[in-house]
Amino acid sequence: MTKYITRRIFYMFITFFLIATATFFLMKALPGSPISSASKLSPTQLAVVEAKYGLDQPIPVQYAKYMLNLAQGDLGNSFQFKNASVTDLIIDRLGPSLILGTQGLVLGVTLGILLGMIAALRQNTIWDYGSTFVAIIGISIPSFVFATFLQYWLAVQWELFPVALWKDGWMSSVLPSIALAMGPLATASRFIRTEMIEVLSSDYITLAKSKGANGFEIAFKHAFRNALIPLVTVLGPLAAGLLTGSLVIEQIFAIPGIGEQFVKSIMSNDFSIIMGTTLFFSAFLIVVIFLVDVLYGIIDPRIRLSGGKD
Amino acid sequence: MEKILEVKNLELSFHTFAGEVKAIRGVNFDLKKGETLAIVGESGSGKSVTTKAIMRLLPESSSEFKNGQILFNGKDLTKLSDKEMQKIRGKDISMIFQDPMTSLNPTMTIGNQIMEPILKHQKIGKAEARKVAIDLLRLVGMPKPEARIKQYPHQFSGGQRQRIVIAIALACNPQILIADEPTTALDVTIQAQILELMKDLQKKIDTSIIFITHDLGVVANVADRVAVMYGGKIVEIGTVDEIFYNPQHPYTWGLLSSMPSLDSADEKLYAIPGTPPDLLYPPKGDAFALRSDYALKIDLEEAPPFFKVSDTHSAATWLLHPDAPQVEPPLAIVERMKKFPGSRYYEGTEGGTY
Repeated sequence: MTKYITRRIFYMFITFFLIATATFFLMKALPGSPISSASKLSPTQLAVVEAKYGLDQPIPVQYAKYMLNLAQGDLGNSFQFKNASVTDLIIDRLGPSLILGTQGLVLGVTLGILLGMIAALRQNTIWDYGSTFVAIIGISIPSFVFATFLQYWLAVQWELFPVALWKDGWMSSVLPSIALAMGPLATASRFIRTEMIEVLSSDYITLAKSKGANGFEIAFKHAFRNALIPLVTVLGPLAAGLLTGSLVIEQIFAIPGIGEQFVKSIMSNDFSIIMGTTLFFSAFLIVVIFLVDVLYGIIDPRIRLSGGKD
Repeated sequence: MEKILEVKNLELSFHTFAGEVKAIRGVNFDLKKGETLAIVGESGSGKSVTTKAIMRLLPESSSEFKNGQILFNGKDLTKLSDKEMQKIRGKDISMIFQDPMTSLNPTMTIGNQIMEPILKHQKIGKAEARKVAIDLLRLVGMPKPEARIKQYPHQFSGGQRQRIVIAIALACNPQILIADEPTTALDVTIQAQILELMKDLQKKIDTSIIFITHDLGVVANVADRVAVMYGGKIVEIGTVDEIFYNPQHPYTWGLLSSMPSLDSADEKLYAIPGTPPDLLYPPKGDAFALRSDYALKIDLEEAPPFFKVSDTHSAATWLLHPDAPQVEPPLAIVERMKKFPGSRYYEGTEGGTY
């Protein structure tokens, strides 16, 4: 087990390094630079600024410098936000994004699992069709459309929640979290329904019935854990997607999260923030995928991580 | 002997998109205390459905009891509520399934799986139940049960898993054990071990067994009595000797003839021609008539009633009617009959009547 984890962590670093390299060169391949948008500068002034930020040096040299700094945990400084360090900027903005992402994910997956279970246990009844309907809505309506509806009805018409901004504490997080939850809810309910139906028709469920187990025990003690594996597989990317997916939602609700900052920095070509945020998202995804792999082994004993024999 | 289970005129249908499939069309048999009744027949003959109906394990949404009773200790199982049925399953009647590779829950330790029915049906604590589970594993011949009880199904071989399934079935000392082709998915050497184990256990805990199989070799090995099923009906029932050495129904003749034997190695193996009837449109008369070389005209028009051959033996074929013409069974069957006192071809001397 330790051997497996060490090896996995090594691979995680390699993945991260490759992503960093690819992002760096892709960014450099883009036209323009952080300061090119400031057209008021004279060519001499431009040259001075470029020299100050090392942008006049050859790209391989810039790359080496960036990677060296990265190895020390330094993501560089922002061009746009008064030279603030990228790490600080991300940490500042992380709070709202994490709250929204976590709330959205927990709400979506919990409700999704419930809906999926009900649909599977009451197959081809009004419950099943209702759950399918919700899932189709969740998948086919983009989160920003849904967000706008929520804003209009729950905030503007009924004045239950603030329309936007991050000023009213937890109340501000409710609407964006609901908007974010729709995707995971739909995905989770579909996965759980399909898998539960399959698991419920398997031989060991019949055996459980023949032992005298009642409906509740069959659904939760026997079937649920076996139906979880496919959901866990998509849960990793889903979790990472929620943080990145909140780009749009954060814009709509004017929430000072990572996503909003990311979008702004793309507009202004703020190279170091784009790099930093991309790397942060990648690191997050890599870690989540690793956790999911560990989670497999906990849920299903057949998926023993290599070297895990005791 | 005391009857423990009586199935009376059981009729059961499945509702499918194509229509009503009459899977069981009037089955009658009883099970006596301590005996092993084998139900044989080809795929689709209704043998599995019959036993699943006894356990009420068929999907409620698509299956329907049309008629008849399943009497267990005076209670009609077809009429019980789900709750009442749950109290019987695993405690009074339990079941061993065909494929041990898929019939254990992969995410549960085998200890928990064996303990589940014990905790459910007996008022004992977890520690106690664990002891019972360990004893059960030892009973079914699992080495090092204390250590293995914490393991998961994938850490066991197929034969071992079937032993675990048997341990689960025996957990509450059931009065009836239904074994649905328990050896079909195992390789031959393991088959023999499992059969020996079951015979052994039956002696130890005195349970009645309904043994479903299509393997006549297995039947000869384990059964006291045999019921031959075809097209959703029992066509012949009798003691194992009567079925093997004095069979009366042409379908039983066909079954026995298609059994490979060591004496006739160079002959071509017999196969019953044709296919089983479509129970969506069950035939009017004898379901086997269209595949039978011995079909009479009446077989196509009217289903034959049971004719008694002896106190323990009866068969549903018009050939046993007093007015029926005398037919010669296949040669291989005549050879068998020659060994059976009481059959019309008997040649032996011991206790011969003529």
